[in-house]
Amino acid sequence: MTIFAVVVSRLSKAILTLLAIAILNFFLIHAAPGDPAVVLAGEAGAADEQMIEQLRERFGLDQPLYVQLGKYVAGIVQLDLGYSFRQGAPVAELIADRLPATLLLTLTAFVVSLVLGIAFGVAAAARVGKPSDTVLTTMALLFYATPLYWLALMAVLVFSVWFGWLPGFGYETVGANYTGLERVLDIGSHLILPALTLGLFFTAVYMRMARASMLEVSQLDFVKTAKAKGLSDAVIRRRHILRNAILPVVTLAGLQAGQLVGGAVLTETVFAWPGIGRLMFESLAARDYNTILGVFLVSAAMVILFNIVTDIVYRIVDPRIGARS
Amino acid sequence: MKYLKVTTFLIAAALASPVAAQEAGGRLDIVVQPEPPGLMLGLVQNGPTQLVAGDIYESLLRYDSDLNPMPSLAKSWEISDDGLTYTFKLNEGVKWHDGEDFTADDVVFSADVFLRETHARLRASLAYVKSITAPDPMTVVFKLKEPFGPFINAFENGTMPIVPKHIYEGTDFANNPANATPIGTGPFKFKEWVKGSHIHLVKNEDYYVDGLPYLDEVFYRVIPDAAARAVAFETGEVDVLPGGSVENWDIPRLAEMDGVCVTEKGWEFLAPLAWMWLNNREGPTANEKFRQAVMYAMDREFMRDVVWNGFGKVATGPIASSTNFYSDDVTIYDHNPDKAKELLAEMGYDGEPVRILPLPYGETWQRWAEAVRQNLSEVGINAEIDSSDVAGWNEKTSQWDYDMAFTYLYQYGDPALGVSRNYTADRIKKGSPWNNVEGYENLALDEKWAAAATMVTPEEREAAYAEIQKEIVDDVPVAWMQELTFPTIYRCNVNDLVTTAIGINDGPRNAWIKK
Repeated sequence: MTIFAVVVSRLSKAILTLLAIAILNFFLIHAAPGDPAVVLAGEAGAADEQMIEQLRERFGLDQPLYVQLGKYVAGIVQLDLGYSFRQGAPVAELIADRLPATLLLTLTAFVVSLVLGIAFGVAAAARVGKPSDTVLTTMALLFYATPLYWLALMAVLVFSVWFGWLPGFGYETVGANYTGLERVLDIGSHLILPALTLGLFFTAVYMRMARASMLEVSQLDFVKTAKAKGLSDAVIRRRHILRNAILPVVTLAGLQAGQLVGGAVLTETVFAWPGIGRLMFESLAARDYNTILGVFLVSAAMVILFNIVTDIVYRIVDPRIGARS
Repeated sequence: MKYLKVTTFLIAAALASPVAAQEAGGRLDIVVQPEPPGLMLGLVQNGPTQLVAGDIYESLLRYDSDLNPMPSLAKSWEISDDGLTYTFKLNEGVKWHDGEDFTADDVVFSADVFLRETHARLRASLAYVKSITAPDPMTVVFKLKEPFGPFINAFENGTMPIVPKHIYEGTDFANNPANATPIGTGPFKFKEWVKGSHIHLVKNEDYYVDGLPYLDEVFYRVIPDAAARAVAFETGEVDVLPGGSVENWDIPRLAEMDGVCVTEKGWEFLAPLAWMWLNNREGPTANEKFRQAVMYAMDREFMRDVVWNGFGKVATGPIASSTNFYSDDVTIYDHNPDKAKELLAEMGYDGEPVRILPLPYGETWQRWAEAVRQNLSEVGINAEIDSSDVAGWNEKTSQWDYDMAFTYLYQYGDPALGVSRNYTADRIKKGSPWNNVEGYENLALDEKWAAAATMVTPEEREAAYAEIQKEIVDDVPVAWMQELTFPTIYRCNVNDLVTTAIGINDGPRNAWIKK
């Protein structure tokens, strides 16, 4: 099957999957205790029955569940994610507002962790059992086990409060009105701490995966054959072992990439990063149904999309997969 | 006609003035948490919205820390001897932020049309109003059906914000596109809202009070994590932490920093009072002796000192001490475990478990519930904590699915505005957690609440409320816990930040920064 045929087949399945996910999410969120009208009315500090009824009516919550579901599905078929009860704005607009900040953070963390993870994993595997391997694997274990929340607060304490080197939170300097290169540098300096905090965990994950996979593949027969042919260790590692060992890392990276759009709730919260993770968390607390459903749906779409991309990358990295099918 | 025309404005202004002359200019960064759902004060009146929009919108009056009215959009006012007619003279030369003239028509439209539809709390007061008219462009007259003493407290900004008639008349208020770019008459204009990051307000150059405001701009910063908010203040990113921005245990540390000031003032109007609803309908809490035992079992001084780091005041009953008509001539429930055990023995408590529902507003509230459980278990009450998120808390309390549930409510300066709503039988309605959730029914007392609201002279009302407090405190419909204090933490070079009974909600109007 050609790559094009694979993409078409997967995309058509993806649309049905997304529809099923949307309906499932709809029922899940309505099954959770809590009424958005009451939460919203409560934000006024006082509410009477008239106010709660008005809100229910305005948001269509007074209608039977199947009518609400019908309207919701009809909306998403037309790519309309609905209107946020709480924020008084279209959900698509809310998501679009937060998307750049989230993508900047998660993509940076993703790329950094992927590159560093594979590099450290390969390096550790090449020096297995030596002190440098022990140091790298211990560090990886440490970052893997440290709660992100604590790590984030410590990073702020050390680099912002004690040394004052980096801004501790936010996306850019508020009110500075930088433009051009100045703005890029400003955002960059704000990005370092959250991206590193988020990236360290995944660096550790990729590193451990790459190291284990490298060691496993290096025991296989074809590596012995390559050695027997007289190839150098470096060539065997790069062209034979790494190429095979990287497949599990690609799988893992594909899964993580799908979650990039969902944001990183903890990192975004500690660093006051105006991303989608926080939007989702706050909407969940307020039972802002449409916003939660919107974020879930976009996240699901991205997971599906990146699964397709992962499949394609597989075929490029390992041509045997395409040949088999 | 009795004149309450306020000439104290100049005196108050003089008293508020520091020795040094105010310096104009500068920027103030204030934390706002959580991010407000909207900034149109006529539609949303929660804490964060009022904090930010309190600089954009104005009402007819402001109130000093003793709850005396002061001029705002109204420069003077009169109340007739029979307490039925309130006449307001408006300031001249006031303009909306879009340049249109502000007139009495805007006030009539706001109170009689807009807020009647959107503002649940004001609606309760407007039920006493027969008519609102504008005999001339600078005069507004409210005529009441019967005297309603607390009406003079209904002109606060979060209670009756004045909205522009020329923008909202004939539109769908909730969905008017102008809600995204609020237009008021206040000292600051809306400039920009970067969702998830900050809200930017700039000085209203055409503000009708000469020289005000002093500040050039105000940034409200959204920082969702309490620890990160403390760090933001430490590193100088923000200048002001409004009450409740950081956990209580961080306050002493921040207060000890150089050049940092703390004030507990500015909450006199709202006067948040915390209590636990005790379900009066079923279970052990339906028994009055059990409820009294709960009061005696709790060491509320300890809770104030440890859980709240010493901030606040142990409550004596339903009315906070800063609210009008407070009386302490009531049964005092001190920490007396023996008395609690006696009461439990008398009622024949059989160890049936009770659930405590904490308010899901952070660590302090969780710890508070744990302290209560500890105290209750010491006298043999089998209590367990039943936690939930905000939506779950709303659901459980509004559906009466709890035994003991934490809450706190504002009092709005008068028992008829913010207190009686929690205790009268006509306010027992399933589906809302802002009424008589505990299910307390005392019809004789209901009549006294109603009568006290419509008495004409303050002396009469004072006597009536003293009687009510004495009686209700013996019934213990709810477990009154504490008058909450939310200290405001700010840099000492920011002057005149908290000068009224709503504190920082209208603070930037007079604030100035010493360079």
